[in-house]
Amino acid sequence: MATFLYLIRRVLQAVVVILIVTVAIFCLLHALPGGPARGILGPQATAQQIAEFNREQSLDKPLPVQYFVYLRTLLHGDLGTSYTLNESVAQLIGQRLPKTLVLTVLSALVGLVLAVPLGMWQAVRRNKPVDYAVTTLSFVAYSTPVYFLGLILVLVFNHILPWFPAQAPQGDSLGQVFADPAGLVLPVAAGAASVVAVFSRYMRAATLENLSEDYVRTARAGGSRQGAILRRHVFRNSLTPVVAMLGYYVPVLFGGALVIEQLFNYPGMGLLFWSAAQSSDYPVLLGCVLVISIATVVGTLIADVVQRIVDPRVKAGEV
Amino acid sequence: MSAVLQSGRLPGGGSGGASPDEIGVRGLRLAARRFARNRLAVAGLALVVFFFLFCFVGPYLYSTDQTHTALTQVNLAPSGAHLLGTDAVGHDELGRLMYGGKVSLLVGLASGILATVIGTLWGAAAGYAGGWIDAAMMRVVDAGIAIPALFILLVVSAISTPDVPGLIVILGLVSWLVPSRLVRAETLTLKNRDYVLTLRAIGGSHARAITRHILPNSVSTIVVAATFQVADAILLVAYVSYLGLGLQPPQTDWGGMLTAGLTATYSGRWWLILPPGLAVILVVCAFNAIGDGLRDAFDVRGRG
Repeated sequence: MATFLYLIRRVLQAVVVILIVTVAIFCLLHALPGGPARGILGPQATAQQIAEFNREQSLDKPLPVQYFVYLRTLLHGDLGTSYTLNESVAQLIGQRLPKTLVLTVLSALVGLVLAVPLGMWQAVRRNKPVDYAVTTLSFVAYSTPVYFLGLILVLVFNHILPWFPAQAPQGDSLGQVFADPAGLVLPVAAGAASVVAVFSRYMRAATLENLSEDYVRTARAGGSRQGAILRRHVFRNSLTPVVAMLGYYVPVLFGGALVIEQLFNYPGMGLLFWSAAQSSDYPVLLGCVLVISIATVVGTLIADVVQRIVDPRVKAGEV
Repeated sequence: MSAVLQSGRLPGGGSGGASPDEIGVRGLRLAARRFARNRLAVAGLALVVFFFLFCFVGPYLYSTDQTHTALTQVNLAPSGAHLLGTDAVGHDELGRLMYGGKVSLLVGLASGILATVIGTLWGAAAGYAGGWIDAAMMRVVDAGIAIPALFILLVVSAISTPDVPGLIVILGLVSWLVPSRLVRAETLTLKNRDYVLTLRAIGGSHARAITRHILPNSVSTIVVAATFQVADAILLVAYVSYLGLGLQPPQTDWGGMLTAGLTATYSGRWWLILPPGLAVILVVCAFNAIGDGLRDAFDVRGRG
């Protein structure tokens, strides 16, 4: 029951957060120089054309009224129309988002598959050379700008060793993306590096914490081997909370995708956002930010709820 | 990115124990000893000192012209005259590494500290106020975290070309969210301590309670947060030029040098790419290692 009430409260909070995001996005739109009319009609538009456009779009109304107009269209699933691409923003994002999800989900998966055993290995060999070496590598991977890492990957695995293409898969459909798996290798590797760095640290910490728990001592006293304890108890108890942390990692994954898509010319939402920024295509920019923030809020919500369910101790620290 | 990277902080190994309330001289000495035992942290500190000397003292020992272009000396390979070669407009690359490093370190430090100050004030106010004010302030933080900094910076780059102070302010404004959460959590535990309640009972103001008791007692949390914040800020600075928000030439920073070097990817001119890239990585690693060491030394739990 307590968990159910908590869930309701958290969902309400998430709705409030998304409302605040829409206010922020709305303010950003109106802070832009020239306003939306100038952006849509171009620099040559006459004052009369602008006035007409503003009347049509209710832009001559007071700001709070405009905000509710904006919110109403949003609730109808209408994110507006791109200034430059002559398509609705919802359609554009619908086309591009799946590709970004392929990139981010693959990066997260590959990263986790490497990070989990690495972190456990480090915990078992705590303060041994291996632990220090992996920790140092994690710091390096975390501290490398993604575009620099991508550049190095291209230089090594495309230019020097011609193993993988330097360009991500092209084409509009997901089928075309999966038809060229080699093209995904370098972009996914660039995206996975920071996941490995961060999540091996989480896994190391979680494993260490579990290893010091009473149940491990009991199992050891009962004659269980170290390997069996790790596999049977520690792995399971550490994995769920660590994987749940991915929920908090959503904005970082999208931030990485923004750079990686530009670097590897991968036509996902990041590249859409990038070109929209170059052409001041505000409806596209705002639509993308809204989608990303909703994904982040949902990710955080899931992570919070999972952590609460798997670790009742979190409740004690709940505020 | 932090910031970029905000919620993607490198978590630590975590060591148990209660957070010390008052640090005091004895506590500080103890913390210093614990810090000194952390080899990575000490190496990080040495690296930071080295890079500050390199960027701020180095130019006096290795004097180069970073203002004027020298079009007869472009893209030269490393040699006795130019230890790291020259770039596409003839600047000496080693000298440029010092020159750009000044901006990277300065902007990183200043915006990291600015972000910590904003976050500290916001978090302390929210946690101290409690109730719906706290809830509203923290939902604003949640909303801020939901919009990745790189996306905001890319939009800002479409409308402005900042100078160094402008860059510091922009980066500070997009990265104060994590410290605000940490300081709020700290404030929640401190505000019901006896000395705070006593101060209020004898008529002390809220502002006095925050500035005299809550912030001084959160200082270890704040210092640790600031160190990580600086690390993230230096990394974020490296993205700024790539996102088109860079400084106007001849001014530059390590990220600007890297971005300029991208065009030299296939030309084999490694000296335009590797030195600024390694400099960013080493300095960011160093600050992260120092932050890690400080956190363990002060026994501060939790990190963004």
